[in-house]
Amino acid sequence: MSFAQFLPLFFFVILGVAMLLYVLLDGFDLGIGLLLPLAPNAEKDSMVASIGPFWDANETWLVLGVGILLIAFPQAHGQILGALYLPVTAMLIGLILRGVAFDFRVKARDHHKRLWNLNFFAGSLIATLAQGWMLGRYVTGFGQGTGHHAFALLITLTLPAAYVMLGGCWLLLKSEGDLQEKARCWARRSLVPVALGLLLISLATPWVSETVRERWFTMPAFLALLPIPLICVLALAGLAWVLQRPRVREEFAWLPFVLAIVILLMGFFGLAYSLYPYVIMDRMTLWDAAASTPALTVIFIGTVITVPVILGYTAFSYWVFRGKSTPLTYG
Amino acid sequence: METLDPLLLARIQFAANITFHILFPTITIALCWALLFFRWRWIATRNEAWLAAYRLWTKVFALSFAMGVVSGITMSFQFGTNWPGFMERVGNIAGPLLGYEVLTAFFLEATFLGVMLFGHGRVSERVHMIATALVALGTTSSAFWILALNSWMQTPAGFYVESGQYHVESWLAVIFNPSFPYRFTHMLIASGLTVSFLLAGLSAWQILRRRETLATAVALRTGLIAGAVLIPLQIFVGDMHGLNTLEHQPQKVAAIEGVWQTERGAPLLLFAMPDEKTRSNRFEIGIPKGASLILKHDPEGEIRGLNEFEGRHPPVAPLFWGFRIMVGIGVLMLLASWAGVWALRRRAPNALPRPLLWGLVGMTFSGWVATVAGWYVTEIGRQPYLVFGELLTRDLVGPAPASSIAISLTAYLITYLVLIVAYVSVLFYMAGKADSTPYAQGGQA
Ligand code: HDD
Ligand code: HEM
Ligand code: HEM
Repeated sequence: MSFAQFLPLFFFVILGVAMLLYVLLDGFDLGIGLLLPLAPNAEKDSMVASIGPFWDANETWLVLGVGILLIAFPQAHGQILGALYLPVTAMLIGLILRGVAFDFRVKARDHHKRLWNLNFFAGSLIATLAQGWMLGRYVTGFGQGTGHHAFALLITLTLPAAYVMLGGCWLLLKSEGDLQEKARCWARRSLVPVALGLLLISLATPWVSETVRERWFTMPAFLALLPIPLICVLALAGLAWVLQRPRVREEFAWLPFVLAIVILLMGFFGLAYSLYPYVIMDRMTLWDAAASTPALTVIFIGTVITVPVILGYTAFSYWVFRGKSTPLTYG
Repeated sequence: METLDPLLLARIQFAANITFHILFPTITIALCWALLFFRWRWIATRNEAWLAAYRLWTKVFALSFAMGVVSGITMSFQFGTNWPGFMERVGNIAGPLLGYEVLTAFFLEATFLGVMLFGHGRVSERVHMIATALVALGTTSSAFWILALNSWMQTPAGFYVESGQYHVESWLAVIFNPSFPYRFTHMLIASGLTVSFLLAGLSAWQILRRRETLATAVALRTGLIAGAVLIPLQIFVGDMHGLNTLEHQPQKVAAIEGVWQTERGAPLLLFAMPDEKTRSNRFEIGIPKGASLILKHDPEGEIRGLNEFEGRHPPVAPLFWGFRIMVGIGVLMLLASWAGVWALRRRAPNALPRPLLWGLVGMTFSGWVATVAGWYVTEIGRQPYLVFGELLTRDLVGPAPASSIAISLTAYLITYLVLIVAYVSVLFYMAGKADSTPYAQGGQA
């Protein structure tokens, strides 16, 4: 493979990594937003405190994702965002409502606080549903017909459960006492919808797309791919089991979050395998959609240098705020 | 819905979104450096007033930053949804510039923001200062990259065209294109002025409302002095910027000055009603030979008129008025800040004359008005081109149907209206609450 052919592949991988990190990281803070109405007022503050230092950087992965799509695959970028125009708008408005609620809810007059809490929840919900719908439409290459729309609806309903699972596990890790017990219950209750959603999606994808069917259900690919669903099922079962143990609230508090990540990671691998090498399913491969080699080279250099640095200081920031979360004060 | 023109709607939506976005970076770019200054004064002097100022203005910063981030995320989708044609043609140039902004600026500011806002007690004072400086560096480099792109669209350089696609010949020439140094400097100073008058305005309001805190006096003094220093610089840079524009976009300057016929010794118009139908001005009031003097530094200098560019010049009235709003506010800023600094020589901040204090309250958001006016002059002045002299806006509009854009535009406008009202009222509310105790985002103080 020449360098010119390698570059689009490289950016396809970076695009995937950015979107994966976005779903995992913003996933847990969107999940906290979805859970917010379930907690009494005093605990709402602790929940927000657990994500306060992170949410902004988490959302930046989405910006990098669309950025890479725009820079590296300009042809696909226009088509994808054009096809998803209204859900993108809904997501952006959701993210706006939620992002400003972080600050307004504690700075505005006390009697407005309830309103901003509501915004925080509503924004998180709108953004999550819109993302689910976009993912569903994207995976099927924006196909028309009831089947395709029903499929998108299925993902739309599964994604909130997945985010609640992530959010619950994150909170279990970051909180103590009553709230931690609640987090454990929330995470546990999300498992059935998540499992059901994943199952239905796995059954439906090959059914809506012939490409996917061929890719998965031919020997020996089928055997080689088997670990993906197996690990996913094991992680789900493990998570269900761990969440019942008392020690999960002590030294093993990190385990559910890790297992939740493994579950979503497997989902991601499955999806990536189904799609590759298409940027738009069955219509445009990543090489068809790529920008010119000189432009990709320039941004390749920047990416190779900066992404490790970004990962480094992201790790630094998570390390600074390690352990149980504390009330957030501007000192 | 057929009657709605998607091009017009797409432009209005883009303009609405970027206008909303720019308000907040304008504050955060300079406010972050101001916070670094407050914190440094506190460490150096151990005077509680600086700490109080740091705390109050950190709240303002956090709120403004959040508004900037969410509206910025909207912006990053706008290019694709509204101008896919733009990216298809000049993507090889615009793409990497936007990409470097994400990679070098956005992650930096977003990540260290957490440490800057909430890291006290978890990291040392030194690490905290470094984190704050990195956020400031991040916001400033955001401005660097995006202004490089915007300036390139105004004065394109360093490229060649091959079968309709734009390619880069020299990145240095693309980034440091002819108008970039002026635009970047002018924008940074604009941000400094916006923050100066925000500091002064809110502090003056605290004094008038008898809600003074420890922070009030130092913030007022900082705002006035910074404003007094920056505004002459801004006028000087603005003048150079104008000369640069005259060289590269003479039709824009002709519209700004309201000059229809090429003439020598053109007057500097203070008031006029430019009329595109008759291609002339009504109700002119001007200073004889003023425009020639300012633009050519020669009272008999020749100014090229709009008629030389018929069909290829921007709409005249918005440029003419936008420019006068910006410069008018610049003059007011000069008067207010110098009067303030003069009065501060013999009076304490809370004993400043009341008319002056009320004037400062009135000018709290004057930086916003001038900045937006300036941008409108710049951007509308580039029309009918999207990339000046190269690509026409109307050829690059997106495929989204008018009805979709109408829905999204309405949703954005309602959201923005609510948020702007909430933002301004919460700012005054926080300033009036008069507490400067450690502040809890978690709720408890
Ligand atoms: C606080 C804000 C502020 C203030 C007080 C001024 N400006 Fe300004 N001006 C801006 C904020 C701004 C801006 C928003 O930052 C612009 C828009 C684009 C840019 O690069 O800077 C701008 C653009 C801009 C342009 C460029 C138009 C173009 O060619 O694209 C000129 C010629 C001036 N300004 C001149 C002035 C002069 C002579 C001023 C004297 C008082 C002045 N500005 C005050
Ligand atoms: C520096 C970064 C900026 C970039 C890269 C940028 C880019 C663009 C682009 C691509 C368009 C659409 C094409 C057009 O209609 O001309 C546009 C239009 C516009 N922008 Fe900017 N812009 C920037 C900053 C701003 C700011 C800060 C403002 C206002 C506060 C602004 C105000 C407008 C307006 C009003 C239009 C619509 C003009 C018209 O359609 O007549 N821009 N800009
Ligand atoms: C026209 C295109 C623009 C796009 C696509 C854009 C995009 C964005 C995005 C995605 C963010 C959020 C980054 C984060 O997650 O932290 C952001 C924030 C920011 N932008 Fe923009 N932006 C544009 C115009 C501008 C202009 C004209 C300026 C100033 C000159 C500017 C300066 C900033 C700054 C300083 C921030 C940091 C956050 C804040 O200060 O609130 N941007 N922008």
